[in-house]
Amino acid sequence: MKNLSTIVTASAALCIAGSAWTQQKEVMIGAQCDRTGPTQIVGVVICPAQQDYMDLINSKGGIEGYKINYNELDNEYKVPPAVEEYERQKGAGAVSLMIYGTPQTQALNQKLQEDKIPGTSPGFGISASADGGRFPYLFPVAATYWSQGAAAIQFIKDKSGGSLKGKKIAYVFYDNPAGHEPLPILEDLQKAEGFELRSFAVPPPGVEMGAQVLDITQRYHPDFVIDHLFGRSPSVAIKEYKRAGYPLSKVLGLVWASAEADIQAAGGWQVAEGYHTLQFAGAGDDYPIRQEIKAMYKAQSKEPPKAMDDTVVYNRGILNAAVHVEAIRNAIKATGGQKPTGAEVKKGFEQIHEFTLGGLVPPLQITAEDHEGGGWVQIFQAHDGKFVKETDWFRGYPDVVAAAVKKAE
Amino acid sequence: MFHRESGVFKTSYAADMALYPLPIAKWAVAAIAGLFVVILPLTLGEYYVSILDLILIAIVGALGLNILVGYTGQISIGHGAFMSVGAYTAANLVIHLDAPFWVTVPAGGLMAALIGAIVGIPSLRIKGIYLAIATLAAQLIIEWTINHVPAISGGVQASIQVPRPTFFGTQLKTQTQLYLFLMAFAVLAIIGTSNLVRSRIGRAFIAVRDQDIAAEIIGISIFRYKLWAFAISSFYAGVTGVLYTYYLGIANYEQFQINVSIDYLAMIIIGGLGSVLGSIFGAIFVTLLPILTRWFLESFGGLIFSQADLANIIPNLRLILFGGLIIFFLVVEPEGLNRLWRNIRNYFRVWPFSY
Repeated sequence: MKNLSTIVTASAALCIAGSAWTQQKEVMIGAQCDRTGPTQIVGVVICPAQQDYMDLINSKGGIEGYKINYNELDNEYKVPPAVEEYERQKGAGAVSLMIYGTPQTQALNQKLQEDKIPGTSPGFGISASADGGRFPYLFPVAATYWSQGAAAIQFIKDKSGGSLKGKKIAYVFYDNPAGHEPLPILEDLQKAEGFELRSFAVPPPGVEMGAQVLDITQRYHPDFVIDHLFGRSPSVAIKEYKRAGYPLSKVLGLVWASAEADIQAAGGWQVAEGYHTLQFAGAGDDYPIRQEIKAMYKAQSKEPPKAMDDTVVYNRGILNAAVHVEAIRNAIKATGGQKPTGAEVKKGFEQIHEFTLGGLVPPLQITAEDHEGGGWVQIFQAHDGKFVKETDWFRGYPDVVAAAVKKAE
Repeated sequence: MFHRESGVFKTSYAADMALYPLPIAKWAVAAIAGLFVVILPLTLGEYYVSILDLILIAIVGALGLNILVGYTGQISIGHGAFMSVGAYTAANLVIHLDAPFWVTVPAGGLMAALIGAIVGIPSLRIKGIYLAIATLAAQLIIEWTINHVPAISGGVQASIQVPRPTFFGTQLKTQTQLYLFLMAFAVLAIIGTSNLVRSRIGRAFIAVRDQDIAAEIIGISIFRYKLWAFAISSFYAGVTGVLYTYYLGIANYEQFQINVSIDYLAMIIIGGLGSVLGSIFGAIFVTLLPILTRWFLESFGGLIFSQADLANIIPNLRLILFGGLIIFFLVVEPEGLNRLWRNIRNYFRVWPFSY
């Protein structure tokens, strides 16, 4: 009997010791990422990218000793499942959230505030959420649609020799709220710069644009075209510009019309030669972080995933993941090694300065007031089978965008 | 609900039409109400309550669509748009007039009913698949209008932030508070529909569904009742839209696109056309099935696949499983889950003396 009780106590002690030993310090990041549904063309690349970056950080020992518990859920771009998944990740203790999609961002914004969990919406979401005062827990972290529109005009101005007087610019946009969003900025700039602006709404899904492109190129004769399209429509547009004989070096695609997949769907690089794309994360393979991820796969004697070939979208995934990791790192440092709360991670986001990840991430300056980090973009041009960098990181009309953000109150 | 009668003792029409044929039925309903109103919100965690919230909203919408499709035999692929009509009506009332929820909920419903009745006018001339296309057009027209009229949509973003409802001075913020708020409307919708289909209007709907020429000959005004069906059904849809708006804190037309209309049609077809319980079953089934299949795959997928592969496999396999299960249930019982439930009840009613 005595023996038995000894065994019981010993094994109980072992259990306790064992659980204390295996209890790795963990911090949870919740991600919503759609590998299915209408935006899967982006999701199948961006989701593995985020996962790869988290794996890389974990393989290097995590963030300041904390292992990342990265939880990815798919909501098929529907809002009710996004709410359900948010509640689940909140319940599991997520300290930050990667949102996926504009309607989802709008639906979760109020909840993020109530629960004090910071969320990111890189390249989509609400332009006015650059204002950290009004949207304390929402971080666009990348250039919003307003900044993108302003940067596009800046680029065209530089291209046409510093003046836009009397130039004709066509703004071709997907007819949904995201497509409409840059319009007020473009109209403001039109008054300031004195160019002519005409907008062309493309009804979703935009897979038939022949007549419209003829209207734009043969009747309107714009000096420059800004494409703000999504899904399949950017590739259709490129194809039609080519067919109409309009030079693609006079077309600029905003961020969701600018991936390698769009070029390939349009018929390949020779079709799209000269096409300009606007990027909020660096495109291409020449970044140390991508080599590290490849090395990680090599160390596991595996091939790097195919998703890596779509460098534009993949690198955006890295940006999104890296910003979260950096924010949590800042938060853990601020708490002196304690596990951070959502509110502390929010402060961590607001301390991200000069974090460039070898040039892949723009020189973000996220502050308590500016959750966009400046609205930096780069322009890349399709040339000889890849995207070639045309400009360095720049911001277009930051004062005009800032005024619009202020006016949105 | 769970009782077994020993025989048929009904001697009057009133007894035949009673909602509760026996006192025990009343007690069963009271017990279920107690379970859902008191016990579940107190015992379940926030996450589970949030799933129940989504189910409650879906129940209201499914009931409304079932009045139109199941009881009156008309079809609508425009219910997502009717929801957005309710949502934007309520959102505009809240931000411009600071209206409380007991104004916005009926107002959103009434506005949707008005639009729904207008959209229903073609149903007087066209039927079946042709009517489906007419309502599909309504869906697209309403979406376009909201997207392009800033007076409705509140700006280019087409979304209006709405504060959570206040009830006697307290703002309903937690999932449990919102659960009770939504439960009140779901219960109203269930009681309203059960009584509607027993009433003169409900019987007229059923007559129109079964044979509209015969119905007209016995003196039912097809014109009036078809429009009533569209109006009542859209009223429910409008209320669903308002509830979504309050629950999410925002009205946004991208939440009410055509896939929502299709989802709700799926709910009532799976649940059972022309039955209140079927609408509830359908709402539960369609909301829970993706969650359960994901949970199942997460629990057992790790045995076969690596964690990184799993992230890619789960969403895709979930879609396949979801579609497969819907086909399975429809093949097993084409008349829906409600019929399945009745079959089970009928079996146990005479069990163990089935012959």
